[in-house]
Amino acid sequence: MADNKFAAYLCAGCGLGDTLNFNEIEKIAKKEGKMPLVKRHDFLCSAAGVQLIRDDIETEGVTHVMIAACSRRAKTEAFDFPGIAVTRANLREGVIWIVATGPAHDEVRQEMANDYVRMGCAELKKMKVPGGVANSGSNKRILVVGGGVSGLTAAIEAAETGYQVLLVEKAPQLGGWAARLWKRVPYREPYAQPQDTGMNELIGRVVAHPLISVHLNSTLAETAGAPGRFAVKIAQDGGAVVQEMVGAIVQTSGFTTYDVARLPELGGGLPGVVDQAGLEALAMAAQGKEFKRADGHAVQSVVFVQCAGQRDTTGIHLPYCSGHCCATSVKQAMYFKDANPDIDTVLLYTDLRLPGMGEDFYRSAQEKGVTFTKGKVSGVKADNGGCTVSFRDLILDENTTVNADLVVLATGQVPNSGVNIELPEEQQSEVKPISILNLTYRQGKDLPQLTAGLTDSHFICFPYETRRTGIYAAGPVRRPMDMQQAVEDATGAALKAIQTVENAALGRAAHPRSGDLSYPIVRLEGCTQCKRCTVECPFGAIDEDERRFPVFNEARCRRCGTCMGACPVRVISFENYSVDTVGSQIKSIDMPDEFSERPRILLLACENDAYPALDMAGLSRTVYSAFVRAIPVRCLGSVNAIWITDALNGGWDGVMMMGCKRGDDYQCHFVKGSELAYYRMSKIDDTLKGMGLETERVASYEVAITDNQKVAALINEYAAKIKEIGMSPMKGFN
Amino acid sequence: METLPMTRTATSHATPARYRNHFLKEVETHVEDGEWVKMCMQCGVCAGSCPLGPKWEHTPQKIFMMIRAGKREEVLKSDAMWMCTSCYNCMARCPRKLPITHIMHGIARHAHNLGFTPKAQPTRHFSVLFWKNCIKNGRLNELKLTIGLYFRDGLFAGIKQGWDMRNVALGLVLAKRLNPFELFGGHGCKDHKGIAAMLKKAREIEGQRKGVVH
Repeated sequence: MADNKFAAYLCAGCGLGDTLNFNEIEKIAKKEGKMPLVKRHDFLCSAAGVQLIRDDIETEGVTHVMIAACSRRAKTEAFDFPGIAVTRANLREGVIWIVATGPAHDEVRQEMANDYVRMGCAELKKMKVPGGVANSGSNKRILVVGGGVSGLTAAIEAAETGYQVLLVEKAPQLGGWAARLWKRVPYREPYAQPQDTGMNELIGRVVAHPLISVHLNSTLAETAGAPGRFAVKIAQDGGAVVQEMVGAIVQTSGFTTYDVARLPELGGGLPGVVDQAGLEALAMAAQGKEFKRADGHAVQSVVFVQCAGQRDTTGIHLPYCSGHCCATSVKQAMYFKDANPDIDTVLLYTDLRLPGMGEDFYRSAQEKGVTFTKGKVSGVKADNGGCTVSFRDLILDENTTVNADLVVLATGQVPNSGVNIELPEEQQSEVKPISILNLTYRQGKDLPQLTAGLTDSHFICFPYETRRTGIYAAGPVRRPMDMQQAVEDATGAALKAIQTVENAALGRAAHPRSGDLSYPIVRLEGCTQCKRCTVECPFGAIDEDERRFPVFNEARCRRCGTCMGACPVRVISFENYSVDTVGSQIKSIDMPDEFSERPRILLLACENDAYPALDMAGLSRTVYSAFVRAIPVRCLGSVNAIWITDALNGGWDGVMMMGCKRGDDYQCHFVKGSELAYYRMSKIDDTLKGMGLETERVASYEVAITDNQKVAALINEYAAKIKEIGMSPMKGFN
Repeated sequence: METLPMTRTATSHATPARYRNHFLKEVETHVEDGEWVKMCMQCGVCAGSCPLGPKWEHTPQKIFMMIRAGKREEVLKSDAMWMCTSCYNCMARCPRKLPITHIMHGIARHAHNLGFTPKAQPTRHFSVLFWKNCIKNGRLNELKLTIGLYFRDGLFAGIKQGWDMRNVALGLVLAKRLNPFELFGGHGCKDHKGIAAMLKKAREIEGQRKGVVH
């Protein structure tokens, strides 16, 4: 870019003009912020105000714009100038709405506004206009891995939206478990009767669709590349390998039923005991007529045992609830009652979990005469050609038994997640799981796993998202679920895949910074090959070359900046977000002296949750300390330790960091960002002691987007704490 | 129509298979509103709502579960349905809208019909006394009903109770709320024959509906 021209626009609307001294602000923008062009407007987000900026861009050649008005989260459409670097000084939500009203507070209020203008100008000076990734792939074909109900749905949804689909299925036929069901649970009112699965029709539509090509008896031998340019090798049973290019991947590898042989105490292996899948096979054979066991014995009585090998607290079996099994057992109990109402059908449960309209389905089964009994089963034994089920009746509070010709165990879904990449090779279970994707990423062959071997998912906010950009997990592989949920999941994942291929083709980021044109740029000549960026990247975006330098796959990157926060030599930056854009803000403020009793607290706030919460505090006019200066960061993971040391060396009295909840039930948009930040900051105490500072001068907090009252309270508590420990002795040295 | 074991002794030696539908089916056919029992979802709101809950052997929730578990004798011998004061709390609160009070009364009637209930069961005794008193003349003779209750535990106990209550009785007489001459016959009603015919018809209809003649 040849000539950068900077300009500052000051808005006096929304009460800003009445509350703040704009002559002073204007002077600061000119003199300290070194803005050659400073303009004031009474209503900047109006058509006339926006036109003022547009005209300057057009005629004056302005390339960099600092807007001192409301929060950067407000009026985003009005202040959207493509190709122009824009930053905002938050004088409304960040100053006049949160500082106590009245002339007694005029001085601190004005100081706060002045500092935000200084910070805005300083940031702008360091910003560049992001240009987008140049060498991103533009392949828009979508690969679906697994041809069960989830995979078929993802394929048909993507194809009907106009995208080419490659469907790879390990088995010789499509349909998965769903095609082996006699009937499915009803989706619609009156929720009374098991329904036809519709799988034949779905399979027919997929096979006939001109945009879908199906590979049966096939697995993935290798997956390399990034969104828009994945290169996959499809291995067929015969040994032939086909290479194909795809833009995004939907993994719908489904589940395996929990092995009943692992439940000998519940009769696993007895001729009179089947699991739910086994019962579907018997129902297929019965075709709505008389039920017979595999050994030919006619079934006159049947007992369903819920939660078999699930919700286990001993650590032996599945720890989770598979969600669908209660409704499935209710449906299967109806098979018997519909075939012959005189068959004694008992369902033993500890909690009957039939969310939503499942309650109507349950009621319908009761009307058909299925006996529901709250009881905990202790054992199933062979008895006189049938089985005896021993259980504790939890209503009658007694140990009792019931006899049946057939016992159905409601076992759970075990996800087909492939290899657990976080376990060392020698700790993989004895039967080595086979990789599903065979990724060539340095982070491992498959998607990461969450608890209990379930495939990765940002389960709180973005369920189909995994930590491998452009690869989406849908269906029971990521969480146990029924057919209806799998259909919804697969549809969502297909749309995510489409979003990714479109963004990749334009060189833009995928979710959650969808459309972002900035990307990490590394100055390799300064790199010390420490590998922190490659190891800490939550998304596996960075590989290593043969000299152990990082290789950035920009299309896999989510632009969180965790690599930037990790880099000890600070060689990683984004065009519009870097160690300098934040560092210069920290250095730009007017620092009062040690005896002023006006401390300065730096607040690094996650832009996804903490910063919106601060804005909300402003919106509700919640007063918090005017000594705080907030800087939004992409993620706490992007916080580089140099910012903290710079701030403390520069005389700041305290540093607060607000990020998202971490741990197993994390809420971080970037999964590991806040966790890494907390981990890094746990090491900062030594640095503080080395500087002769109190360890309280750096503090981290977990906040959620809804914590608008809490953020204000935390700031006030921290300001009180700083008052207690006193002003920093580091002022006035630079 | 299946034949029901009509007395206590007839079933006391039998141990029917548990969690089979036979007793539930008996309740459905022979107990007023019995077809609702299978719809109970065992939430326990009835048990928690009953003001006399802790005083009974079994709450409605348990009675319904016992029926489904096939515990015929335990249900029919329970005091639960006799302890119901018909406050209708359970029925008003049942999320599945079961007519619980009616079912409890129906089970009581069924147990009584089959002879499972001890003669001395106070509610049963009072109900029988009341009913017989009522249908005799087509209207209730309160004096005879009261005296009948007083002498439930024998002659001496009856005289003592009467003596203890003499002031109340005298007050009622003076207030013209009690006529001592009711003891000798008492009032009838306008169409005693009509009432008798009505009751006969009601029994007939009930017998048809439940498939049983008493």
